[in-house]
Amino acid sequence: MITYVANRAIQFVLALIVASVVVFALMSILPGNAAQVALGTNATPDAVAALEARYGLDQPPLIRYFNWVVGMLSGDFGTSYVTGAAITPVIVGSVQVTAILVIAAIILAIVIAVPLGTFAALEQRNWIGVTISALSQIGIAVPNFLAAIILVIIFSLTLGWFPSQGWMAPVEGLGGFLIRLVLPVVSLALVQAAILTRYVRSAVLDVMREDYIRTARAKGLTRTKALFVHGLRNAAIPVITVAGVQLATLLVGAVIIEQIFVIPGIGSELVRAVANRDLVTVQGIVMVLVFLVLIINLIVDVLYPIVDPRIRNAS
Amino acid sequence: MKTPRVSSWMAAVVASSLFLAGCSAGASDSGEQAKKDSMTIAFTAEPVNLDFTSTSGIAIPEALMENVYESLVRVDGEGEIQPGLAEDWDVSEDRKTYTFNLRKGVKFSNGADLTSEDVKFSYERVQNDWKNALKSKMDVVDSIETPDDLTVKISLKKPSNTWLFNMTSLVGAVFDTEGTDDLANEAIGTGPFAIEKFSRGQSIDFAARDDYWGEKPAVSKVQFKYFKDAVSASNALKSGEIDVVSNLQAPELAGEFQSSDYQIISGTTNGEVVLSMNNAKGIFKDKKAREAVMHAIDRKAVLDTAWAGYGELIGSMVPPTDPYYEDLTKVWDYDPAKAKDLVRAAGIEGETFAFTVPNLPYAKAISEIVSAQLAEVGLKADIETQEFPAVWLDKTFTEHKFDMSVINHAEPRDILTVFSNDYYIGYDDSKIKKIAEKADTGTEEEYVSGMKEIAKTITEDAASDFLFLFPNLVIAKSDVAGIPANRVSDSFRIADLSWN
Repeated sequence: MITYVANRAIQFVLALIVASVVVFALMSILPGNAAQVALGTNATPDAVAALEARYGLDQPPLIRYFNWVVGMLSGDFGTSYVTGAAITPVIVGSVQVTAILVIAAIILAIVIAVPLGTFAALEQRNWIGVTISALSQIGIAVPNFLAAIILVIIFSLTLGWFPSQGWMAPVEGLGGFLIRLVLPVVSLALVQAAILTRYVRSAVLDVMREDYIRTARAKGLTRTKALFVHGLRNAAIPVITVAGVQLATLLVGAVIIEQIFVIPGIGSELVRAVANRDLVTVQGIVMVLVFLVLIINLIVDVLYPIVDPRIRNAS
Repeated sequence: MKTPRVSSWMAAVVASSLFLAGCSAGASDSGEQAKKDSMTIAFTAEPVNLDFTSTSGIAIPEALMENVYESLVRVDGEGEIQPGLAEDWDVSEDRKTYTFNLRKGVKFSNGADLTSEDVKFSYERVQNDWKNALKSKMDVVDSIETPDDLTVKISLKKPSNTWLFNMTSLVGAVFDTEGTDDLANEAIGTGPFAIEKFSRGQSIDFAARDDYWGEKPAVSKVQFKYFKDAVSASNALKSGEIDVVSNLQAPELAGEFQSSDYQIISGTTNGEVVLSMNNAKGIFKDKKAREAVMHAIDRKAVLDTAWAGYGELIGSMVPPTDPYYEDLTKVWDYDPAKAKDLVRAAGIEGETFAFTVPNLPYAKAISEIVSAQLAEVGLKADIETQEFPAVWLDKTFTEHKFDMSVINHAEPRDILTVFSNDYYIGYDDSKIKKIAEKADTGTEEEYVSGMKEIAKTITEDAASDFLFLFPNLVIAKSDVAGIPANRVSDSFRIADLSWN
């Protein structure tokens, strides 16, 4: 168990190092000049060159890379030369917003998918099971931005129940925070819930065909009871894997939802930074996203042996 | 046995959805606020910081000029120069020295008094410390003297008709001598509003100042809210979360607001939408080829198709609010047959040219219809969409790798900048340079006639096709008053806003 976790941790660190090199290299070959963008359509070549020097863009790439990595290790992502402000607080603030959004969405997705998927498996032969399967198929086909637009038209423009956009920090008002959270979270969660429902359904179906369930049934348990006592835990493994992947997908996929609902999350910051060629900020944000995705994978990996003694004992 | 089981599952699902609904209930506190004292306005371009002395672009002056920062003079909706921080001014006989008399009792938002020292400090700072390329508008200033606390004497190197107008733009902003330490995050000015809160990328909250020298604004809390997406902004207006959409970037949405609840204002801007051609090299170096384009494009159709007919045909690089405007829409008539002949005469029939298009809504819409019209006369556009600003500025603007492009040149009175030798269009300015020099140093009449001649020369040279004047399309709730219809300066003035 300890070697298993240690192995995964080493993989995590290596992946992080490779990612930092790739991110930095990509930023360096990206077309577009930050100094030119900052100066706009009236700039002279001299002014652009001067500003490049001030940004340190004229230094060799290797030195810029090491300065960047050393800074990040001490929690300093540098200063944006576009906004003139420190990047770390921007990232910390926007990551919190996205985290709230994404975690709420994945919880909602699980809350919807686990009962629905289990139910669909148990009722697979009658109309209810078929209906759930069909609905989840439709859900998968609907991109989240389309779900967002439809939700806004129904619940905001027509019914007027929720605002169509905006964000309020919980400290500024819990009611305002929650009501603005509903539509973005639901649009993110619907698609994920649809996907998850199908995984839960097939995982439960697989489990129901296992020998130990038949044994349990033979000992007099009802189908439902056998599933609850012996089956669900075994069905959890594939579901955890998928939920982990979905969490990572949501983190990046929230970009579009943040744009539609004008939410100041990490995705909005990323889009803004890219548009302004604020390369230092882009690098920082991408690294944070990479870090979060890798951490989620690590956590999922560590969860397996905890959930499943067979994996625990095998390693 | 079967039925009860189903219903217990159902009950669980229903219960959980009820629970979720319960979470959101009771939170509906975002309805009608104290409306009469506050207003929320949607904008598109968001300021990355609050410092226009080092960052270019329209977003920062749009929010700060006239609202937070003021200049000695300002320009009104008809393009006339009006007193600002200067009560009045005298111009010397040789038109090289301007003596401004400052208003008494003007205070900065940090409590400091406005003195002539602040003006001198601010304008010398433009020349020495600014990084915004617009600083060149102050190049003509030779020296600034401060005979007393409320008098500023500015001497120019030569008479200039453009300088006083330029002073109404952001280069004229007056800062406090102690107020420029953190311009990116803190704006200290003499204007009717101070910034209460700046949430980068989200919004700016303005609060009216009690110690403002002029009339107190009718609406004391104004929020600028930034929307990347025009649909989000128009949805927010429909659901009542905002009150005004300042410049709708999707004119096709305007139709949805044709009811008595809303007002649609379509005024002018300083933005000429230019179908620019590379005069210096490539297929359009030949004047015949450019003439062919001028005849091939049906500008009315372009305006109707690409921008829902909102906007104005101009035919030159001059908006109607400028003193030297002249209707030049008749110089090049839509005549595909003539265009075809010219294409043949230039020997470019069937040739392909590089059409670089910034990924902006108007540019993409225009590029489609323009390429279709050019195909009619035998010119084939190879469209390359470029991300704006970064890639377009890099490839088209700086490296001049293009034959044709389309962009809204939004700066006021920018004809001489856009049609100078080293600008990306590569226009040969030898013909107009002398006229420009004479116009700027001459009398006001000479200025107007000289600039008219320049505009006409450029249009007749078929230097570029001036498609239309970008509209200032404002959608607002019907009870909002005081919205500036025409965008003459770079600011969005909020002091005149009120509720009916």
